[in-house]
Amino acid sequence: MERSTSAGGGGRRTRPAAHELARYEGLFAARTQGMKSSAMREMMALTERPDVISLAGGLPDTSTFAPELYAKLMAQVAGETARALQYGPTEGMAATVGCIVEVMAREGTRVDPADVVVTTGGQQVIDLACKTLIDPGDVIVAEAPTYPGAIPTFSAYQAEVEQIEIDADGMPIDALESTLDRLQADGRRPKFIYTIPNFQNPGGVTMSLARRRRLIEVARERELLVLEDNPYGLLRYEGEPLPTLYSLDAEAVGRGGASDLVIYLGTFSKILSPGLRLGWAVAPRPVVEKLNLGKQGADLCSSPVTQMFVAAYFAEPGIEGHPPGPAWIEYVERLKQLYRRRRDVMLEALEEHFGGRASWTRPQGGLFIWATLDGGVDTTDLLARAEGVAFVPGRAAYMDGRRGSSSMRLNFAGVPDEDIREGIRRIGRIMSGDTGLLGTLTGSPPERSGATEQQLPVEDGTPLADVVALPRRDAESSRSARRRRDR
Amino acid sequence: MSAARKVAVLKGGGSLERTVSLRSGARVQQALSRLGHEVIAIDAGPELVAEMHDCRPDAAFVALHGRDGEDGTVQGLLELVGVPYTGSGPAACMRCTDKALAKYLMSEAGIPTPQFTAIKESAIKELGVGAALGDIERTLGFPLVVKPASQGSALGVKFARSSDELPAAIVGALSYDRKVVIEQYVKGRDLAVSVLDADGDDDAPIALPVVEAIPREEEFYNYESRYEIGMTTFVCPAELPEDTGARARELALHTYKLLGCHGVARVDLMLDAASGELSVLETNVGPGLTETSLLPLAADAAGIGFDELVERILASAFTR
Repeated sequence: MERSTSAGGGGRRTRPAAHELARYEGLFAARTQGMKSSAMREMMALTERPDVISLAGGLPDTSTFAPELYAKLMAQVAGETARALQYGPTEGMAATVGCIVEVMAREGTRVDPADVVVTTGGQQVIDLACKTLIDPGDVIVAEAPTYPGAIPTFSAYQAEVEQIEIDADGMPIDALESTLDRLQADGRRPKFIYTIPNFQNPGGVTMSLARRRRLIEVARERELLVLEDNPYGLLRYEGEPLPTLYSLDAEAVGRGGASDLVIYLGTFSKILSPGLRLGWAVAPRPVVEKLNLGKQGADLCSSPVTQMFVAAYFAEPGIEGHPPGPAWIEYVERLKQLYRRRRDVMLEALEEHFGGRASWTRPQGGLFIWATLDGGVDTTDLLARAEGVAFVPGRAAYMDGRRGSSSMRLNFAGVPDEDIREGIRRIGRIMSGDTGLLGTLTGSPPERSGATEQQLPVEDGTPLADVVALPRRDAESSRSARRRRDR
Repeated sequence: MSAARKVAVLKGGGSLERTVSLRSGARVQQALSRLGHEVIAIDAGPELVAEMHDCRPDAAFVALHGRDGEDGTVQGLLELVGVPYTGSGPAACMRCTDKALAKYLMSEAGIPTPQFTAIKESAIKELGVGAALGDIERTLGFPLVVKPASQGSALGVKFARSSDELPAAIVGALSYDRKVVIEQYVKGRDLAVSVLDADGDDDAPIALPVVEAIPREEEFYNYESRYEIGMTTFVCPAELPEDTGARARELALHTYKLLGCHGVARVDLMLDAASGELSVLETNVGPGLTETSLLPLAADAAGIGFDELVERILASAFTR
């Protein structure tokens, strides 16, 4: 077993006992104290194996992009080799910014190209926003749960994060207001409100129009910035698209102008490819200037190779329709069809294998479903028991790493239908083992496990296996659990 | 420096502590290279035995933590293929890794260890353990710590303040092992003593200076955070009354010998805040060797640099 000393250095270390350690401790910045490595993350790392069905990542399915088109576009980029291999402007290449304006228009949001910064993935926007706005101890208000990938960034900049529990309509604005009041009473002022209004990661819920409007009102009343993280807005499978916070604020500003309180985060990762590492920020002009300065220090510019790839791609005509639309829109439509079906497959599988012992969100788009198990089952433990399937334990979406312990984030977009079904089936089986054990221990076997025992045995692998709650799963899961723990 | 040897560094593996092991292993490799040995790095996987056959090292340096690497499995394999290896043999590994067995052995030998009981998953299913929860409450009381019997990391360590919380804590801990140890919670100071076999032929092991782990936030009920990296600071040598420090080291040595450890081990102890009594929690036969691990910290406090530490652990492969 390993136990480690902290990387941070503590007040009570009075003697530099280990000169080697002390050497590093003296060099590390104070902010590294907040960069925690948790046992849970160690465990997540372990699930990154090919034999594991991973419902854990935030992956889109890049196998859907035609290799021939990729080759063709890269050949076009090669036509301008010298430019592609050169540095580019920090704020991004004009042609790429044009594509971004096009994507934003598709979301019903008009932006001035001068307000756009091309970034190295959407993640860089979060980093740059913190870099330019957050002093140690400053407050960020975020949703609970929130994007797990934002947490290390917030921690690295020593932000204090107030998380507001979301419901089916996203962040409740009355709760936001009371939090802001409390902060104000304590003499603390948040720098920005971080929200993922569409198909929230990990919650899967969408902020209602009323709340969007109210959020903008509140932000305007209190002069607070809003970081609107919108990676999946175009991946809507049902329901009417809702206006972006950016456009609502621009509307509030009037004069046909730009938003002056919203920093919008967009990305090509989910509508095209995360491997390109291209995202963008649209922000009020003074913020754009600071973001650009921050970006200069971070990476000078995002890759011209991939920016030119995007520009070539957006110029590519489609093959469907008369006349055909742009290829990128056709691709987004194809992704939507694919992901909608996969969402439905996962919802069905959840009904079958989680039914009666968990609740889950029904996202209208995006990539994620958030499931919460009954009876206080800790999903980190569940992941430890799970062999051959991975998900993100809910704790990862909370700053304190403790709340959300009964929830899990499930990605339905990245793997094929049969893997979704099998993955959910495996998780359900482990849950049965757990609840069965708890029932036996407390002398109150849960109804469900009692009921399943009375059903007829069905062999796994028969077509029925996917539609009937299998009576033998309990026994089988405990056997395989034993086997696992023998290893 | 001893003769240059061909050393296979076994690291990684499939345990929950894989990442830490990779870091320990990388650092050991560097040290061995500096010491003039020929180093072969091996990520312990399906090719482990074949690689041992192929490269025929003079010794295997076991830098694995957790399942398989620390529980006697790899050690048994290395004996089978005839490769000398560092650290404890299979039986000692099993005695230490199974916290229940270690605690029974310590109790029998008169080494103080917090009162406990152990429960297997099969006993819950087949022997009606549910009815014994009352007995646990009566004999041990609360709060209780529930640990997977053989899991080394913080994962799965649960805290139960009352009888309501106990069943879920047991089931949660059983996610990591099919047996759990349910132990009285000792409120006090968290100490660790690393033990190292002595230099040379004299095989009397020595206890290194005591390390104290101090949780950053004094949060009685968040037991898990005590194990969380970054939540704890470490002081070495621990600021203890002289006799307490001496007693801790004596207990560690006693435990090391009792469990039949070889080469190196780390013994974790508690100093009860109320009674001032020391007790032994567990022994780790595969202590971490990263930049921030406790064993190198303690060795350094004893004037043993990292390279020397690695050389001494390597020597244990040839003194079994």
